Amino acid sequence: MTDLVDALDTRGTVSSALRAVGSFKLLRESWVGMIGTGIIGFWVVIALLAPLIAPFDPNTPLQPFAKPLTEYATGDGTFWLGTDHLGRDILSRVIWGSRTVLFYAPLATASAYFVGILMGLAAGYYRGRIDEFLSFLANVILSFPVLVLYILVITTIGSSGINIIIAITFASAPGIMRIVRGLVLDLRNRDYVAAAQTRGESSWFIMLVEILPNARGPLIVDSCLRLGYVVITIGVLGFLGLGLPPPAPDWGGMINEARSIALAFPHMTVIPCIAISTLVLGFNLLADGLREISLRD
Amino acid sequence: MIIFILRRLGIMALTMVVVSVMLFLLLEFTPGNVATKVLGPYSSEEQRTLWLEAHGYFEPLWVRYFSWLGNFVTGDFGESVRFKVPVAEVLWPRLWNTVVLGFWVFVVMIPLSLLLGVLAGMREGSALDRSISVTSIITTSIPEFASAVFLAAIFVFWLGLLPGTSTMTGGFDWWQLVLPVMVLVIYDFGYVARMTRASMAEVMTTPYIRTAILKGLPYRRVIMRHALRNALIAPFTVIMLQINWLLSGVIVVEFFFAYKGFGALLLEASLNQDIYLIEACAMVAVFVAAATQTFADIGYTYLNPRIRFS
Repeated sequence: MTDLVDALDTRGTVSSALRAVGSFKLLRESWVGMIGTGIIGFWVVIALLAPLIAPFDPNTPLQPFAKPLTEYATGDGTFWLGTDHLGRDILSRVIWGSRTVLFYAPLATASAYFVGILMGLAAGYYRGRIDEFLSFLANVILSFPVLVLYILVITTIGSSGINIIIAITFASAPGIMRIVRGLVLDLRNRDYVAAAQTRGESSWFIMLVEILPNARGPLIVDSCLRLGYVVITIGVLGFLGLGLPPPAPDWGGMINEARSIALAFPHMTVIPCIAISTLVLGFNLLADGLREISLRD
Repeated sequence: MIIFILRRLGIMALTMVVVSVMLFLLLEFTPGNVATKVLGPYSSEEQRTLWLEAHGYFEPLWVRYFSWLGNFVTGDFGESVRFKVPVAEVLWPRLWNTVVLGFWVFVVMIPLSLLLGVLAGMREGSALDRSISVTSIITTSIPEFASAVFLAAIFVFWLGLLPGTSTMTGGFDWWQLVLPVMVLVIYDFGYVARMTRASMAEVMTTPYIRTAILKGLPYRRVIMRHALRNALIAPFTVIMLQINWLLSGVIVVEFFFAYKGFGALLLEASLNQDIYLIEACAMVAVFVAAATQTFADIGYTYLNPRIRFS
């Protein structure tokens, strides 16, 4: 019996691994998707190698207001992208900042998906009262202009990494719930669901094992778009002074700190903005490529 | 149709009530906190108790909620702690400034995005279509604060053409409005253009357009008389819903350019925990968002004859 389970399990893993390779091959046909993957890959490599490639410590004040390409006065290196008003090397802060955003953005998105998927499955599968209640709740939260919601939540519970994740989950889960609910309403009438019901499987087994895997296509495209949007959100919160507390190297926070002197030293704000925009562009291009492929077959 | 409108208005009213309860619980659940926020962190325990007594904060929660709601709908929002004047005196002028900003954003954005969307959707897959699609992906990937930084660097720092702040302290100034409007248009037009394109492309594949082309009508006439009418129904909803997005966008843009508008006021109130001002701003923001959504739904139903006559 255990052998059988193991065999099934390995087969499942192998086939899903093959599918992953297959979808990557498909992705190669979409140049938009490939550029997106390339940009994301670039930032992931930067984030992983941050301790090796950052020329200076991101939080040590060295030489204030240095323009890009200035030599460090001690002769210990060059500020390729200049320094900020406290004399911290901007290149190093951008490199370390990629770690911050690539840590919090996927975590917050995953957390929002976890809550959104459970709500959507319950609403779409049980329907009736549960659906009405959850849908109304989602509509109320979605009727807030999204940034108003973030500002209200963050200024009430305080700004910290975990609170940013909570706020993003709170604001994004209703949107995910709507998508999942729509997919479930369509899938719940399929024969394999009826078969599982006849077998006497529990409701949550049917939702998680029978329905959810078949709804993954649109959810993968949506999660890419949403990741890009969460990167923007983390940037906006940092920019408004509601992000991670200083001195953590955070792209949005870098823009906020240099905002008042940006007109005299544009490099301090332009460089982190380029970093954020390219990463978001990567996710959006990847989403576009994936959608193109999913429409093809 | 009338039943539909009444139902939509009912849902909107219910949403507003639930939002007001959420806001009230979030901000006023513990009276002690309210007293600290209003009187400041250095007020004595005695002062706070006296203030709470005088303002009816020892009543049960639901009594407080209904008296708060009653004051609210009659336009009495309380007094701003930060500005030391009634909230309404700060709120309405600021909201008007934002309406002016939003008006010009829409004046520029709607024709631009509809034109690009229609041109792209007319011939799906053409070079023009693909370049418009790529442009709109790029512009929607650049968040408002980033395009504000880029445009300020170009037009203020390098070219020196435009002012970098929009405080309007010396009266209304067109030049100060250019950059905020540009930033908001750049972020928003891509989405509307893509939606218009999708709607137009769908209409172009329908049998009645094929018939119109095959019976020899001039292409221009097919587009202007037949295609546009149906293709522009969906963008109407999208444009109405952009108002909700715009309310987020103005917060960033007004903060960046120091424009004295509603978004900057909401942010300032939240950062300073100016409790009554936050409540008023949040309720106004949600009201505008919910009202435009309701209007979009009703408008969509009205514009679509298949729904209107069924």
